[in-house]
Amino acid sequence: MSEMPYFQIKNLHANVEDKLILKGLNLTINKGEVHALMGPNGSGKSTLACVIMGHPSYEVTAGEIFFKGENILEMDPEERAILGLFLAFQYPVAIPGVTVAKFLKSAVDAIAGEGGKVKPTEFLKELRDNMKYLEMDETFVNRYLNDGFSGGEKKRMEILQMLTLKPGLAVMDETDSGLDIDALKVVSKGVNRLVGPEFSVLVITHYERILRYIHPDHIHILIDGRIVMTGGRELVKELEEKGYDWVREKFGHEVLVG
Amino acid sequence: MSEIETKETFASGEYKYGFVTDIEADEAPKGLNEDIIRFISAKKNEPEWMLEWRLKAYRWWTTRKEPRWALLDYPEIDYQDIRYYSAPKKMIDRFKNEDGEIDPEISKTFERLGIPLGEAKRLEGVAVDAVFDSVSVATSHQEMLEEMGIIFCPISEAIIKHPDLIKKYMGAVVPHTDNYFASLNSAVFTDGSFVYVPKGVKCPVELSTYFRINAQDTGQFERTLIIADEGAYVSYLEGCTAPMRDTNQLHAAVVELIAMDNAEIKYATIQNWYAGDEKGRGGIYNFVTKRGHCRGRKSKISWTQVEAGAAITWKYPSCILEGDGSTGEFYSVAVTNNRMQADTGTKMIHVGNNTKSTIVSKGISCDESVNTYRGLVQVVPGAKGCRNYSICDSMLVGDKCSANTVPYIEAEDSTAIIEHEATTSKISEDQLFYIKSRGIDEESAINLVVNGFCKDVFKKLPLEFAVEATKLLEIKLEGSIG
Ligand SMILES: Nc1ncnc2c1ncn2[C@@H]1O[C@H](COP(=O)(O)OP(=O)(O)O)[C@@H](O)[C@H]1O
Ligand SMILES: [Mg+2]
Repeated sequence: MSEMPYFQIKNLHANVEDKLILKGLNLTINKGEVHALMGPNGSGKSTLACVIMGHPSYEVTAGEIFFKGENILEMDPEERAILGLFLAFQYPVAIPGVTVAKFLKSAVDAIAGEGGKVKPTEFLKELRDNMKYLEMDETFVNRYLNDGFSGGEKKRMEILQMLTLKPGLAVMDETDSGLDIDALKVVSKGVNRLVGPEFSVLVITHYERILRYIHPDHIHILIDGRIVMTGGRELVKELEEKGYDWVREKFGHEVLVG
Repeated sequence: MSEIETKETFASGEYKYGFVTDIEADEAPKGLNEDIIRFISAKKNEPEWMLEWRLKAYRWWTTRKEPRWALLDYPEIDYQDIRYYSAPKKMIDRFKNEDGEIDPEISKTFERLGIPLGEAKRLEGVAVDAVFDSVSVATSHQEMLEEMGIIFCPISEAIIKHPDLIKKYMGAVVPHTDNYFASLNSAVFTDGSFVYVPKGVKCPVELSTYFRINAQDTGQFERTLIIADEGAYVSYLEGCTAPMRDTNQLHAAVVELIAMDNAEIKYATIQNWYAGDEKGRGGIYNFVTKRGHCRGRKSKISWTQVEAGAAITWKYPSCILEGDGSTGEFYSVAVTNNRMQADTGTKMIHVGNNTKSTIVSKGISCDESVNTYRGLVQVVPGAKGCRNYSICDSMLVGDKCSANTVPYIEAEDSTAIIEHEATTSKISEDQLFYIKSRGIDEESAINLVVNGFCKDVFKKLPLEFAVEATKLLEIKLEGSIG
C-alpha cells in the first residue's frame, strides 16, 4: 500500500445555492510544501477555501478531501481545526465583546483538548512574542476580535491566530489583498516563521506580489472551478506578462490535472 | 431551640389571631388578612407604628387590582393560597443555637449556593446577609462595618434598633400606594437588608444579600433600604435562588435606594429564581419594585442586573434624578429560555438640571420565551441640560422566541438630548463558522458570541459576580441550541 499524501483533493465538485462552482478540482500538497493558487475574481478560490474548512453553505456534490489520512468532508469545522487545518479568511468576521486574548485562549484550549490546557502565563507570553513579531501593538490583546479593525489589522490578526494555533496546513485566502507593502512584508514574515518540514501552506492570491516574499514550490491556476495549469515559479512571470486571458485562451474549458 | 420558646415570643407580642392553636409557631397559615399581618409583625417583635404602617398598606392593596399591562401571560394568582411567613423550623433568633452558631443544615444550603456563612470562610471583601425564606440568617463583617459607622443588618433588626431612620426613609421612594405589588410587599414584607452609610464614608467591602426561597407555597417579600449620606459610597450585591417545584411561587420585593449630595450607590443583582420546566410548569413569579432616588447634587445610582431566572419577571429598576447633576445608570442582561417571560427595563426620571442617564439593555431569548424591554426616559418641564443615552439590543437564539422593545420617551424640555438605539440580531452562520474554524465547538461558539453581546453589562459587575453571571448564561443556553 502506497502512503497517502499529506493533503489531497480528488475530483471536488461543490455548489453554492445550487450553482456549481467547483467542477472537478484536484490538488495534492505534501508535508512542508508551499503552494500558491492563483485565479481571477469569481473563479472559485474562496469557495475552495470554505469547502476545505467546512462552511455549511457550501455543498460538496462529488469528490473527496483527505488530510493526514482522514476524509475530512465528514468532519465539522472544529474537528478539522483540531486535526491541524487553518483558514486565514478573506473577510474575517467581528465578534463584539470577545477580546482577542479570550478568543485565542479558547481556541488554543479547544485545540489542545482535555488535559492539554495551556497555562495562562505561558499563553500570554507567547501571544505577546508573536504580536511583537507581527509588529502589532500590545493593546490588541484587549480589543474585541476584528471589531472596528482596519483591513490591514484584520489580516494581521489572521496571521497572529495562525502563529498561535500552529496548524499543519494553512489555507490563506487573499491575505495579501488590500495590504500596503509594509503590511505585506509583515504578513509574509509571519507565514515564513512557520514554513518548515511540519507546515504546509496554500497561498490563495489574485496577484503575484505576495509571491516575492513567500516562495512557493508549486503554482496552480484556477479558472472556472478547475485547476487548469500547474507549474513552478516561472508560471508567475508568465502570468504577470500575459494575464489570465492567456490561460483562458490556451486551455478553454479542458481539464488539466495538476 | 424549642417550640415553647417560640410561642413565648408571640405571647409577648401584640398577637390577636383567632387561629393560633393548631399552627406551628414558625409558619403562618396560608392566606392574607389583617390577622396574618399582625402575626408577621408580632413574629418580628415590631413596634406598633410598624404594624400600623403595614395595615395601612394592606388596606390600600385590597382596593386595587393587579396590573396587567405588561407583555406577560400568566393565570390568576390566588393570593389566599400563599403562605406569607415561614421560618425554618427549630430556630429562632436568626438561626443561631446556644453557642451562637448557625444551624448546620442552613449553613450547608448556603454553602451549596456558594455563599459560605462561617466567619472563616466568608468571601474575601464581601459582607453577606443571607435571607432564608422569611428570615435573615447571618450577617457577616458586622464589627468592622460598625467601627466605620456603617449599618448593615436585616431590616427587621433595623426597625427595632434604628426606628428613626426607618420612619424617615422607608416608603420614601416607593410609597405603599406606588403599585399593587409594592403595596402587597409593604403589608407583608418579612426580611431584607438595611444599609446606612454615614457622611463621607466609603464602604470598603461589597455588601451582599443572598435570598433563598425554600418552603413550598411560600411567598418571599423582602424589602431592602439603602441610604448613602453625603459623599458616601456603597456597592451592594443581591443574589437569589429557589428550589425546583412544579407550583408557582410569588416573589414581590421592594428595594429603595437614597443617595444624598455626592453619594454613590451601586446595586447589582443576579436573579436566578427557579424558572419552571420546559413546558412552563412551576417557577417563581417575580414582581419587583426597585427604585433609587438621587436626592443630592451630583449623586449617582447605578443598577446592574442579570435576570436569568423566574417564570415571570416584572421589574423596572428606576432612578429619580432630582439632585442637579445627578446620574442614573441601568445595565441589564435578561436571558429567557423555555417558556419564560420577562418584561423588564427601567425608568429614568430627570427632575434636576444637568442630570444624566445611561441605559444599556441586552435581551437574549431562546426556545419559546418572550423577552421585552420596557423603558421610560422622562425629562420634566424646566429640567435643563439633561442627557440620556439608551441602547437596547436583543438577540434571538432559535425561531420560536420573541423579543420586544417598548421605549417611552417624554422629553418635556427642549434642552434635553436623548439618544436611543435599538437592534435585534441573530447569531450569524458566518460568525459561528469563523469561531468553529478555530477548533471551538458550536455550543462554546454560541457562548462566546452571547457573552460578548453581554460584555458591556458584565464588565459593570464585580469580578466574582461576573464569573457567576457568565456561568449562569452558559447553563441557560445549554440545550437551547440547534
Ligand atoms: N455565499 C455565496 N452565495 C452565492 N454565490 C456565491 C457565494 N459564494 C460564492 N459565490 C459565487 O461563486 C463564485 C465563486 O466565488 P468565489 O469562490 O468567492 O471566487 P473568488 O474567491 O475566486 O473570487 C462566484 O460566482 C460567486 O458569486
Ligand atoms: Mg475570494
